[in-house]
Amino acid sequence: MVGGVLAPTALYAADPALDARFKQLLQHDFRARGGAGMDRLEQDSVQKICTDTRDRPQPAQREDLQKEQQALIRWPADGQFLGDWRAGEKVAQDGRGMTWADLPGAAGGGGCYGCHQISPQEIAFGTIGPSLLQLGRKRGNSLQMQRYVYGHIYNAKAYNVCSYMPRFGLSHALSEQQIKDLVALLLDPDSPVNR
Amino acid sequence: MADVRGAPSTAAQPGAPGKKALPATLTTRARPIALAWACAAVILLWSGLDLAVAAGGAAAPDAIDAAIARYHEMLDEGNPAELDEQRGEQLWKTAAGPAHATLERCDLGRGPGVVKGAYAELPRLFADTGRVQDLESRLITCLTTLQGIPESEVVAKPFSTDSARSDIEALVAYVAGQSRGVTMQVPLHDAKEKEAYALGERLFFYRAGPYDFSCASCHSSSGSRIRLQDLPNLATTAGAQRAYTSWPAYRVSQGLFRSFQWRLNDCFRQQRFPEPVYASDATIALTMFIAANANGARYNGPGIKR
Repeated sequence: MVGGVLAPTALYAADPALDARFKQLLQHDFRARGGAGMDRLEQDSVQKICTDTRDRPQPAQREDLQKEQQALIRWPADGQFLGDWRAGEKVAQDGRGMTWADLPGAAGGGGCYGCHQISPQEIAFGTIGPSLLQLGRKRGNSLQMQRYVYGHIYNAKAYNVCSYMPRFGLSHALSEQQIKDLVALLLDPDSPVNR
Repeated sequence: MADVRGAPSTAAQPGAPGKKALPATLTTRARPIALAWACAAVILLWSGLDLAVAAGGAAAPDAIDAAIARYHEMLDEGNPAELDEQRGEQLWKTAAGPAHATLERCDLGRGPGVVKGAYAELPRLFADTGRVQDLESRLITCLTTLQGIPESEVVAKPFSTDSARSDIEALVAYVAGQSRGVTMQVPLHDAKEKEAYALGERLFFYRAGPYDFSCASCHSSSGSRIRLQDLPNLATTAGAQRAYTSWPAYRVSQGLFRSFQWRLNDCFRQQRFPEPVYASDATIALTMFIAANANGARYNGPGIKR
């Protein structure tokens, strides 16, 4: 604990015995409940490298993983990215989905306001992510921008590999239509975000 | 539970008073007080925010912070957790269970029967069990060994619900309250204590699940919020100190007293993880990591939260 910020302890360094004990803890001290199965504790390549590096991977690792993640984005078959901003506002407000208390498979939301400022009338917004107020006004509503926002919501790790933002499309937390509606909320000139 | 002692299998124990021994006022008073607090606090918060919005179009960050700070000040003025502390004290001192014993000889780390200051030194290694234990796992030890209540019964429903109050949570309120004003001094002397800390640190930074969250995703930057809720930065000494010394706590929005095990459980739920086993080594390790990071601070709980 130096200078108020906790430095990683020496114990955190490579230690096979501790690694084994940690694996054992995960297996024995959690249990599947509702839709939250034990397989959720197994890390994929992104989760593992971000954990091991405390979200600071080497530049080469970052490049490779972002390419790998980019390839996992399923783009809309119709080539359209812009849905209905009114529906998008509902998706942004709704923070339900994928916990052990939620019905497996039930439609949930993005919980976007948990971390982002979005529409100006919603004042209960979190600050973990950047403010998205006026995003379309600032960055435009080009097809390229729509595609970027769609991809970012579908798989944020394709753009910033250790981002705190979930991969909403890849994890099936949001459907293609829900992501399109969010793109509209953020970029449509008629959306309150841009008025 | 709710209660360890009120379950049908033990209710018939002669002389086991369970909940019946409590003054009726304790349980009936709690709801209206909770509701009044919730309403008053919410009205205050939202009126503050409305003013902030009226003043500047979109709410200015400073105005939001000021409204939230006023809301916390108001909450601090009175804490219904006192009722849980009183109920816990009564449970502590009343003979119950198959052994018809009280918990007054329970060893929380400072010797049998010493409650004062015990919470500020937990988790710690206990020689009799050979385990590092937090308060709740230690209460399980005492309820099973001293009162003879089967462990399966003790841990069946450890968290309060609207319809049933947890006895363990009340006991937590009582024991934690007896450390108010005491400096946090969680021991990291024994190899097992150090191991628990290291395992807790790993768990804190472990990213997994459909949302890729770790504890650190929300709790390793300073000054962040989820919606309007401030997030403590548990990776700093100051953040861990402020957060840990205000738990366990009365939750205004739920009208219920909540233990630290509950806090961890509900974080893991929102993290989209499978459920942690109550009072398991994993949860104790994580508690150890946060509690030891809070060392040196004055324990100030039980607290009161949104």
